[in-house]
Amino acid sequence: MSDKKNWPLYEVFIRSKNGLNHRHVGSLHATDEEMALENARDVYTRRSEGVSIWVVESRHIFASNPDEAGELFEPAQDKVYRHPTFYELPDEVKHI
Amino acid sequence: MKERLFDYILQLGDNSLILGHRLSEWCGHGPILEVDMALTNISLDLIGQTRNYFQYAAKIEDKGRTEDDLAFLRTDRQYRNYLLVEQPNGDFAATIARQFYFDSFHLLFLQELVKSKDEQLAAIAAKSVKEVSYHLRFSSDWLIRLGDGTEESRTKMQEGVDDLWNFTAEFFLMNDLEKEMAAAGIGVDVQALEESYYAQIQEVFEAAKIQMPDYKPGQIGGKDGMHSEHLGHLLAEMQYMQRAYPGMEW
Repeated sequence: MSDKKNWPLYEVFIRSKNGLNHRHVGSLHATDEEMALENARDVYTRRSEGVSIWVVESRHIFASNPDEAGELFEPAQDKVYRHPTFYELPDEVKHI
Repeated sequence: MKERLFDYILQLGDNSLILGHRLSEWCGHGPILEVDMALTNISLDLIGQTRNYFQYAAKIEDKGRTEDDLAFLRTDRQYRNYLLVEQPNGDFAATIARQFYFDSFHLLFLQELVKSKDEQLAAIAAKSVKEVSYHLRFSSDWLIRLGDGTEESRTKMQEGVDDLWNFTAEFFLMNDLEKEMAAAGIGVDVQALEESYYAQIQEVFEAAKIQMPDYKPGQIGGKDGMHSEHLGHLLAEMQYMQRAYPGMEW
C-alpha cells in the first residue's frame, strides 16, 4: 500500500436474490479486496439485503465523460422504435 | 438437576452478554466506519445469543423471572462469565486480541454444544455457529493484518496478545458444574478442546508473525463469581436504568 493514510475506494455491488443482477449499492474504503468484501458484508448486508457481493476498486471503473453526454446519449432519444413498448407483455413475465 | 442446568445456561449467556456489552462500547468510536459497524454487528450477534440463553434459563427456573431480570438485576458476584470477556476494550489491537482468544474458543465450544442431549441448547448452538464462524474470521484477519503490518501495529498487537494470554486458562479448567454437565451429556467437555485450541491459535500467530507467550496461562475466577474490578463498573453502566427506575420499559 503506497498511501497509508488514505485507503483506496471500492465500489460495492449486491445481488439481492438469485436470478437478479448485482446492483451498485455504494462505496467504501479498504486496504485490499478481502477487507473490502468483509466491510461490504458488514455495512451493506446487515438487513439481509443480499446473497452475493462484488467489490471493485473504483479506479478500475472507466466512466463516460458527462461533457460528452450530448453525443453519447441524445441520438437515441428520438428512436422510440428501439423500445419494445409496442408489445403486450404477459403478466407472468417478471423483471423486465 | 434443573437448578444445575439453569446455572450452566446462565454461564453461557453471561459470556455472550458481557462481551457483547464491551463491544457495544465501540459504537461510534471505531477506527473507521466499516470496523465500527463490524464490531457492533458482532455485539448484536452476541446479545442475540444471550437472549436465547436467558429466555431458556428463565423458562427452566420457572419462578416468574424474565430474561431482563437475569441481565439487569444480578450483582457481579452472581455473574459467571470468563475474566477475559470483561476486560476493558483498551486500544483496537487489545480488542482484537480479546476477540480472537474468545472467538477461537467459542467456535470450538459451540461445535461440541451442537451435540448436546439438551435439544434447546443444541438448537441455540446450531444457530450461533454461523455467527461465530464469521466473528473468528474477522478477528483472525485483523490479528494477521496488525501483526504483519507496520512496526507500530505489530508492537500493539503483540502487547494485546501478551496482556490477555493469562486469561485463556479459564476456558479449559473445568469447575464442578461443568464436569457435571459434561458427564450428563448436556455440557461440553472443554478440557478436551484445550490442545486443538492452542494449536489453532499458534497457526494464526505464525501467520501474523506474533510471538506466542511462553508460559502456561493460569488466571481463573470468573466462572465462580470472582471477578476483576472491571465487571462492577461495566454492570453499573449496563444496569443503571433498571436500578434507577425499576421495571422501566421502552
